This record gives sequence, structure tokens and C-alpha cells, in this order.
Amino acid sequence: MKRIVTAIVHNRSGVLNRVTGLLAKRQFNIESISVGRTETEGVSKMTFVVEVEDDRKLEQLTKQLNKQIDVLKVSDITDKAIVARELAMVKVISNPQIRNEIQGIIEPFRASIIDVSKDSITVQVTGKSDKVDALIELLRPYGIKELARTGLTAFTRGHQPQVAEMKSYSLLK
Amino acid sequence: MKAQASLKEQAATKTGADLLVEALINQGVDTLFGYPGGAVLPIYDAIYRAKGSFDHVLPRHEQGAIHAAEGYARVSGKAGVVIGTSGPGATNLVTGIADAMMDSIPIVVFTGQVAKGVIGTDAFQESDVMGITTPITKHNYQVQEIEELPRIVKEAFHIATTGRPGPVVVDIPKDISSSVYQKDIDDSFDLPGYQPTLKPNPLQIGKLHEALKEAEKPVVLAGSGVIHAGASEDLKTFVHQYKLPVTTTLLGLGAYPGDDPLSLGMAGMHGTYSANMALYECDLLINIGSRFDDRLTGNLKHFAPSAKVAHIDVDPAEIGKNVPTAIPIVSDAKAALQKLNEQNVEAGDYHEWMERLQNNKKEYPLWHEQPEKDIVPQWLMQKVYEYTKGEAIVTTDVGQHQMWAAQYYHFNRPNRWVTSGGLGTMGYGFPAAIGAQLADMNSTCVAIVGDGGFQMTLQELSVLQERRLPVKILIVNNQALGMVRQWQEKFYSERYSESIIDTQPDFVKLAESYQVPGYFIDSQETLERVLPEVLADDQPAVIDCRVLQKENVYPMIAPGKGLHEMIGVKP
Repeated sequence: MKRIVTAIVHNRSGVLNRVTGLLAKRQFNIESISVGRTETEGVSKMTFVVEVEDDRKLEQLTKQLNKQIDVLKVSDITDKAIVARELAMVKVISNPQIRNEIQGIIEPFRASIIDVSKDSITVQVTGKSDKVDALIELLRPYGIKELARTGLTAFTRGHQPQVAEMKSYSLLK
Repeated sequence: MKAQASLKEQAATKTGADLLVEALINQGVDTLFGYPGGAVLPIYDAIYRAKGSFDHVLPRHEQGAIHAAEGYARVSGKAGVVIGTSGPGATNLVTGIADAMMDSIPIVVFTGQVAKGVIGTDAFQESDVMGITTPITKHNYQVQEIEELPRIVKEAFHIATTGRPGPVVVDIPKDISSSVYQKDIDDSFDLPGYQPTLKPNPLQIGKLHEALKEAEKPVVLAGSGVIHAGASEDLKTFVHQYKLPVTTTLLGLGAYPGDDPLSLGMAGMHGTYSANMALYECDLLINIGSRFDDRLTGNLKHFAPSAKVAHIDVDPAEIGKNVPTAIPIVSDAKAALQKLNEQNVEAGDYHEWMERLQNNKKEYPLWHEQPEKDIVPQWLMQKVYEYTKGEAIVTTDVGQHQMWAAQYYHFNRPNRWVTSGGLGTMGYGFPAAIGAQLADMNSTCVAIVGDGGFQMTLQELSVLQERRLPVKILIVNNQALGMVRQWQEKFYSERYSESIIDTQPDFVKLAESYQVPGYFIDSQETLERVLPEVLADDQPAVIDCRVLQKENVYPMIAPGKGLHEMIGVKP
């Protein structure tokens, strides 16, 4: 099962190595990881999307992360009400004739063209991972020259619904 | 005049190395194990200046230093302290660091590093100590500013010795240890990411009390967590209150008196029949400070299949890692046992169960055949136990001799048994004995080693020579890598690939070249004559004891089998 786990960490040299090394050593499969600074000086946030077999493995993952001295807090936010986004840039082969066509495809995704050259355009899209996936699939037939994704970053919404309502908010399962 | 003035100037200022030495003294360090080298020259200079503040032990290889520190930590309960230089000095420490990580031994390791300016340039004797040691330490540091040094040292000791103990590495670039500093430094620290849970949740304690009432077939499994927490007495109180049978892990030997009638002995791959069957058949398993290692559990499918499992561990990540746990208690073992002992509930009726276990103990004890003249290792261990009255500190390497020592030497108190459990390090026993002996000069310290393992770290005989340390090295010499040979016999159709090593030094002469008395024993008669005297005197000794090569360790659980599928149980 796919889970979104966030970790608040001390922004010290080597902390990323500690965390990824730990996950590799314990044979966890990281699908994506994103890291960046937070509102607090010296504190960063990591967001992982991981593929785990079962709840026991998941529990191990959060516990092992928690054991790290530079890790301040670990949360599995998959089942919470969250906002989750990732950014992707897609360089698509295109000539002037089909540029409009592509424009038409990306518009409903609220994606934008951020670079144009003679034989390609670069599309930037932001959103949940499945939205990004969907756009990439639509662009694939045109020929993708280059693709880069930031990986998911997420946090919980300001208001958490009651437990009973929560199921429908689940993003990935 | 000029020279004097500059000396004075030097005295007024402190180098990073001086700050380190000061911090060590503040931590109450009395023994250091280390080996000098280029990147730690400033540190060794500061040690020279601080002469008399602590004892510096110079092994002849860094691996010897770190195993000695582990032995020291095991017996003293304090953190072992190691210093090594950069590059090869640091990489030679790696085995010991990994060993300490697996067995939760508190050690603090200081490694020299090339100067900050050249880190990352593949400088002479540079190695990525942080990268190498991150997966095998509880935590590690590279000092970036001299101001940080005292705080980091303090943190390192705190992390190594609290919660679940473990190794901490502090990597110190040479420019940090040699630069000077004049101001006072604040060494207070705050570790928001490290707040171990030491007190048990009363709710879970209540659940365990309930379970004790309901159980018919309970058993206590004591691991080294009991020893680290200094909770042996509390365990005794708990066990006696409910008359519970107790088994221990390899590393938990001594947590509960081995001679006590309630003790079933060690469980696991080479555990006793009664201990393993108790784990297999129990309906309540109370694990205190053991991590359910695979050598203990055998095939997890068959491990305690009908038991409700309660697990007390200071490391929450160990609970539920291998065995599903109904009653998780995250706590220091001592605090949990004290809480359990605060209230006495009426126990269930364990009468029938105890009878069954006692019967198993009587009917299926450890056994071996006894030849007329030759020595079998099992008998040898019984003799060592007898001659030292069960009071010695015993260290071992890994393999057959380790298992026989664990089976036949009944440890009646904690901190007497020093062995490499998790990592299974050959060459551990002898250097560990040096540290163990230094931590307790009044006890007899016997390093029970194999002929294979001893040859991995025998250079430390120099330390015995130098200090006349009365460590007794007992080589259980079967001229083979016994456990490898045993597995090849059992599982590889007796194809003894590279495991029979009949070329070896004359250990007696070898010892004598280090001015350590050497003894050769190859018969029961000689052993009974020589060994008691050697063990009792105050000199170091190397005892080359020839034992039958064909002896195997039994009972045994073959890989992939369950605890109830032991082979080699007494017929």
C-alpha cells in the first residue's frame, strides 16, 4: 500500500543521508521524497511517498524514523485530510502546428507552458500526483523528451473532519 | 626567556584537544582505549599533558581497542571510550562499532579526521567516517566549530548511555583539535528529537497483571535489556512473586541466576529443551528486554504459536518488529518491573505447567558423551565453571565454544558474561577480556576463545605483557572453525570446505614470546592438574586446550525450523 509520511527534521548536514540510508537498510521502497525548509529556522520537512506491504512494515518505518536523533516528528498523514502537491516539468516534442493542440490538452489541468523552442515545449503542471500522472499520459503520444518531477509534498489541512467523515478524504490507498 | 613566555602563553589558551580531554574528565572517564596517528596528534598531545587524569590503554590494533572498550562497558556499566585516527584508524574500528550497535553497548568513539579544508579531496588518510558509520551508530557527529566540541562530547555520552544504549561516533577534524580557544564555552544541550520513554504506561501494566491472572502457562524471557537497566533484582522479585519459569537469551545470561530452580536456561538455536519447549507451548510470553532475534525465535511461524505476547522494551521499534505483541510496554526494564511489583495480583494456577517444565528439565538436560582420556568441550566448560565457582567474568568469540560456554557456565549475576551476540564477531573475546578485566581487577577473567578467533586478535598479548593483566586465555582448540565445520557436516554432506585448519602456531611458545605463561593441555588428567592453579594465580595465561574436533553443539534448531524441532536432544 502507498503511504504518505512526513518527517520534521533538524536541518543538519547528513540528515537526508541518515533518513534515506535508514529506509534503504530496512528495505523500504521510496517512491518519492521531497525536502525543504519550514517556517522554523533550522528545521526542515521531508515528505515521503512509500510503498509498504502491510501495517506492521509501516509501523516499523515510522518507529525507525522516530529513533533518529535529528528527526523531531514523524506522521503518517495518508488517512488525514491533507493538501498534497507535486510539480512536474515535461518537455514535449512539438512543432508550431501542434502547439495549439497541446495547449488545449493542458488547459483543463491548469498547466502552463514555460519554455518554447523550435522543436519542443516545456509544460509545468502542479497538483496531486494522479493529476500529474494523467497529464503525462496525455502528453506521452506526442513524444516526451524529458521529464522531471519534484515528488509529493504535503501537510494536513487546517481543519480535520471527524473520524467518521475521514475515509472519503483519503488520497492514496 | 622567550621560550618560557611562549609556554605560558600556551598554558593560558586551550586547544580543541584540551577541550576534548577536559570534557572526558568531566564525564568521569577513567580509561581510554586508543591508538595514535596523524589526525589525532593534537589529541594525543593533550593526553600527554593530562597524564594521570586517566589510564590510556594502547592496544596493538584499533579493533582491539574497540572490543576492549565494549568489554569494559559491559562489566563497568559505563560508556567505553575509544580514540582512533582518521582513515584506516577509523575503518579498523568499524567492526567493533557495528558489534556495539547490534548488542546495545554504550561506547563513545572519537575519530580523527583530516582538516576541514581538505575534507572531500581524497586527502591522505581521509575516509568518510560519517558516511561509513551512520548506519551502524546510534548517532554520529562531525565537529564543525571548536565551540561545539564540549557540547557534542556531552551529548555523545548522554545518547550512548541512556535509553537503549549504543555506539556514538564523534569525528574531529585535525584543525578543530589543534586550533586554540580562549573563551569559556557553554556545553549545555537540548535534544528535542531524543526523548526516550523510560516509564511504563500504567494501562499496559494493568493488562499484564490481568494476563497473569488468566494465564495457565506463562514464561518470562529475559534479554540483555534487563542487564542494561540494572533490573536483575527487580526481575527476581517479580519472578518469585508469581513463581514464573524464566529463560534468557544469549545476551541475557546472568539477568536471572542460572542456578535458580525457576531458571530453564538459555533458549534459542542451541538453547535447552525445557526453555525452547516452554516458549513453544506457553500461553503468556513476557519478554523483558529481548529483541526476538532470529537465533532465538527460529522460524517465526512456529514461535510461541498460542501465546499472548507482552513485550517490555525501551526501544519502541523493537516491539512488534518480529513478533505480534498484545501488550506493548515501552519502558526501561527496571521501571516497568518496579511498577509491576508495586501491586501483587493473584496469579493463575501454573502448577501443572511448572511440573511439566521441571520434568523436561530433568528428563532432557544438556548432555554429551564422556570419553576416557580426551577432552570434550562441554566437560571443559563445566570444569571452568567449577574451578571459578561460577564467579568469573567470561568473554567469548563466536561459534561452538561460545555456545558451550553459554550452556554450561551458569551465570548467577549480571555483567559477568561478555560475548558478541548480534554481530557474531570472531576475535572479540580476547580484547573484550582486556577491557572487562580493567573494569574489574578483583575478578578472575577468562577469555574463552576458539583457535580461529584467537588468531584474529592475538596481537593484544602485548597488552597483557605490558600490564601483567591476569587475563586467562583459554583456547578451545579443535583445529577447526568448529561451527562452520558443524554446519558443513549437517547441511553440506560433510564437505569441509576451508574449515579444518591444522596449521597453527605453537600457542605456548607464542605466549612465551610475549612473556605470558603458556600451557598445553590435551588430557583430562592434565587439565584437572593444571587448570585450577592457572585460573587461581595472578598472572596472565594462554592455555592451549586440545578438544575433540568432532563434537557438535546440541541441541540444535536447524535453519528454517521451529523451536519445537530440536535435534540432538538427550535420548
